[in-house]
Amino acid sequence: MTRSGFGIGRIRWNWFAAFSGLLVLLPLASETNTPTLLAIWALFALSLGLMWGYAGILSFGHAAYFGLGAYTYAIASFNIGESTGPLCLAILVPMVVAAIIGAMMFYGRISDVYLGVITLVVTLILNRFMNATAGDAYRIGNARLGGFNGIPAFPILNLPGEPDVQIFGTPYYYVVVACLLGGYLLARFILSSSFGRALIGIRENELRMELLGYNVPALKTAIFAICGGLAGLAGALFANWAEIVTPSVFSLGQSAEVIIWVIVGGVGTLVGPMIGAVLLGTLKIMLGMQTSIDNSLVLGAILILVVLLIPRGFAPAFVAWRGRLLQLQAYRRHARGTTRRRLHLKEAE
Amino acid sequence: MSEVVVETRDLSVHFGGVFAVNGVNFSLRERELRCLIGPNGAGKSTFFKSITGQLQGAESSGQVLIRGEEVTTWPTYRIMRLGIGVKTQVPSVMNGLTIEENLWLSASRTNPDAADAIVEEIVAELTLQSIARRQVRELAHGQRQLVEIGLVLANKPWLVLLDEPAAGVTGQEMQRLVAIIRRINRTAALIVVDHDMHFVRMLEARITVFNQGAILVEGSADSVLNDVRVREVYLGNRAR
Amino acid sequence: MDYLAVVLLEILYMIAFLALISAGLAIVFGMMRVINLAHGEFVMLGGYATIASSKAGINIYLAMLVIAPIVVGAIGLLVERLIVRFLYGRMIDTMLATWGLSLLLTGLVTLIFGNTAVSVPAPIPGYQVGRYQMGGYNLFIVAVTVMLVVSMWLVLRYTRVGLIARGAMLGPDIVSALGHNPRIIYMLTFTVGAALSGLAGGVLAPLTGLLPSAGGAYIAKAFITVITGGAAVVAGTLTTAGLFGTVNQVVSFASTPVIGEIAMLALAIVLLRLMPQGVTGRFFRNST
Repeated sequence: MTRSGFGIGRIRWNWFAAFSGLLVLLPLASETNTPTLLAIWALFALSLGLMWGYAGILSFGHAAYFGLGAYTYAIASFNIGESTGPLCLAILVPMVVAAIIGAMMFYGRISDVYLGVITLVVTLILNRFMNATAGDAYRIGNARLGGFNGIPAFPILNLPGEPDVQIFGTPYYYVVVACLLGGYLLARFILSSSFGRALIGIRENELRMELLGYNVPALKTAIFAICGGLAGLAGALFANWAEIVTPSVFSLGQSAEVIIWVIVGGVGTLVGPMIGAVLLGTLKIMLGMQTSIDNSLVLGAILILVVLLIPRGFAPAFVAWRGRLLQLQAYRRHARGTTRRRLHLKEAE
Repeated sequence: MSEVVVETRDLSVHFGGVFAVNGVNFSLRERELRCLIGPNGAGKSTFFKSITGQLQGAESSGQVLIRGEEVTTWPTYRIMRLGIGVKTQVPSVMNGLTIEENLWLSASRTNPDAADAIVEEIVAELTLQSIARRQVRELAHGQRQLVEIGLVLANKPWLVLLDEPAAGVTGQEMQRLVAIIRRINRTAALIVVDHDMHFVRMLEARITVFNQGAILVEGSADSVLNDVRVREVYLGNRAR
Repeated sequence: MDYLAVVLLEILYMIAFLALISAGLAIVFGMMRVINLAHGEFVMLGGYATIASSKAGINIYLAMLVIAPIVVGAIGLLVERLIVRFLYGRMIDTMLATWGLSLLLTGLVTLIFGNTAVSVPAPIPGYQVGRYQMGGYNLFIVAVTVMLVVSMWLVLRYTRVGLIARGAMLGPDIVSALGHNPRIIYMLTFTVGAALSGLAGGVLAPLTGLLPSAGGAYIAKAFITVITGGAAVVAGTLTTAGLFGTVNQVVSFASTPVIGEIAMLALAIVLLRLMPQGVTGRFFRNST
């Protein structure tokens, strides 16, 4: 019970090693610019998938934390010479903001729909605000916020302690992959702990968990903050990849995209959202290279179809499948037992 | 004289322009078994919820005390942590998880090291072994009620609140239920809310009758169930 | 003195603007608990319908008050039959599917009309208030909104149709009890809501250049106006439109329009946190 169960199998270390190996060897076979972006999106999708699939918290504005991470990194790196501090801040700031907003919502017993609305509005506020910060007056320290043009040309990631050794290209790809794998392992670790089990319980029946004495608002705020931090990390990595941050990181479109990635990949697994991000991200990049089919159109159609055709969403479908698998195993065990008993009876005759 | 473990002093709960609970003074002693009955709308559920802290957003006055501590404004989980188990009207269980997983969540909050052992113990006690690994959503209603009782027990509470435990159970299951309640009563106090008079009689406990938000009558099973006022309240008029 | 008049007129306009773009969404949310995130796109489509028919030679008033509602109403009907009706009762799924729809519609319109702004001139000239030049067309918008809100209220309160509609708000069983098929009622309600959104888009079309992405601006404001308004269709929308419009304009005048908009959004969060059932869940509970 303590290491598996609750719909989470044990980590298959051989698969994990194989996959990591593939990622490590990738640069030998292709350029790394696109895979880096896809890995960043996968991390972003993981941060939403963890919260939505396992704690049942669907944020309609998860891009807020992605954007906060990106902007925090850019602003901080202009002001601090070196990049280690800014990267840490880029995780902390979104985490703290998420904790505050989460606490406000969860201690106020806000239900799913209104949660969606509030998280949406928060992203809107950030978007509107950042879009309007053009002009010299809007600056934090050395960094001009730049309005809808954003903040370009900030110092990118460097080797910790050596501000002149910048990390870009293939070495940066490895940094991003390390963050992605690290994020995955963190998520796994959380889920196999009693904290993670409690979150799953909360997803299933919040009232019952509260009646069992679990401090539900605190637990939800905690995971909301953690996922905000992970999204922030993805945002900071994105800033370094793009070498510019603009208010579009807070856009409704960005929030919609990550939801679509998670829902297509599979709500209720950790790997699903990452796969969804890679697949749909690739599609987006390919669509971006031509003008006849619009990206929004395709994504919109996909979202509609997924919602209509997967009744009650993916997670229950997954759970039902798992239930059937358990039944099948039980049946097999029973069948083996019966056969053995029949054989014994035959021998006794 | 044993200690008073649950007490309400002049408790009134007011919403939508009505006093759902009106000046109720209630007390329960250690390891006492009490039944709460009364017609629909009498305020039993509201009273129940005010003890469990589930009335956010209603205006209430008066006090709720558990083992002498005032819990009137406490959130539900904090009250539950005092050692209380609650079974709700509609079975409130984790449908997508197995019976074992459900029980583990309950046991591990109070006893993380012994959780697995407690789960096994409860599964055995409620004879759920054959379905322990099945998902709760696939179970029949009566079985789900049992799972919920298991959830309540896994926490080892000293006070148990049951809201309509006999709803929808078969005759045989009801016998079993009464046996389980008696067993719980050996170590815990119980408040049982129910409509089923047959079930209430089987429990042979002290009864509190609610009507229109207030306590109408309180006493032993025999005296209450033969009381004219109680019959009136259930039959709705002054019929003999 | 004339500055005060200008401020008041601007506030009035803002309130009317919010009420106008929210009307369609309010009907659909109030009656069916459906949150249509493609509502902004419906408004945008109303604008495009108006501009396209005006450019084709049709009288502008006809285009905005008749053509736009009919076109968008028809689109709404299609949407209800193909998507929304499978998702009743599933609020999150409806939000997701209509969000997909909003992306789809934006992409579709971009494909058809391209990404450059189209516009049509305002048919009513400006006027003077003291030293200030005011847009006369804004007064027309206020007038249309007032007529719309009043007729909505009258229909809901005093007609048989309105009675059935209000019954529908309480649940499909009430509608059945009144002898009507709830599915048909919901279909009609969604269509009417879409038509009203189209009307709003049509009326607002002469204001600025219209882009396929215009929906985004409308949805945010309409959304918060309706959700914080609560279940009562007319009273709720009016109350929150009044609150938000006033706050938005007052703060805008005191600082910048962006801060004004942010103040409005922040107020929405505060209201939702304090009154999760919306304003009319707490006050004015028995209003329409």
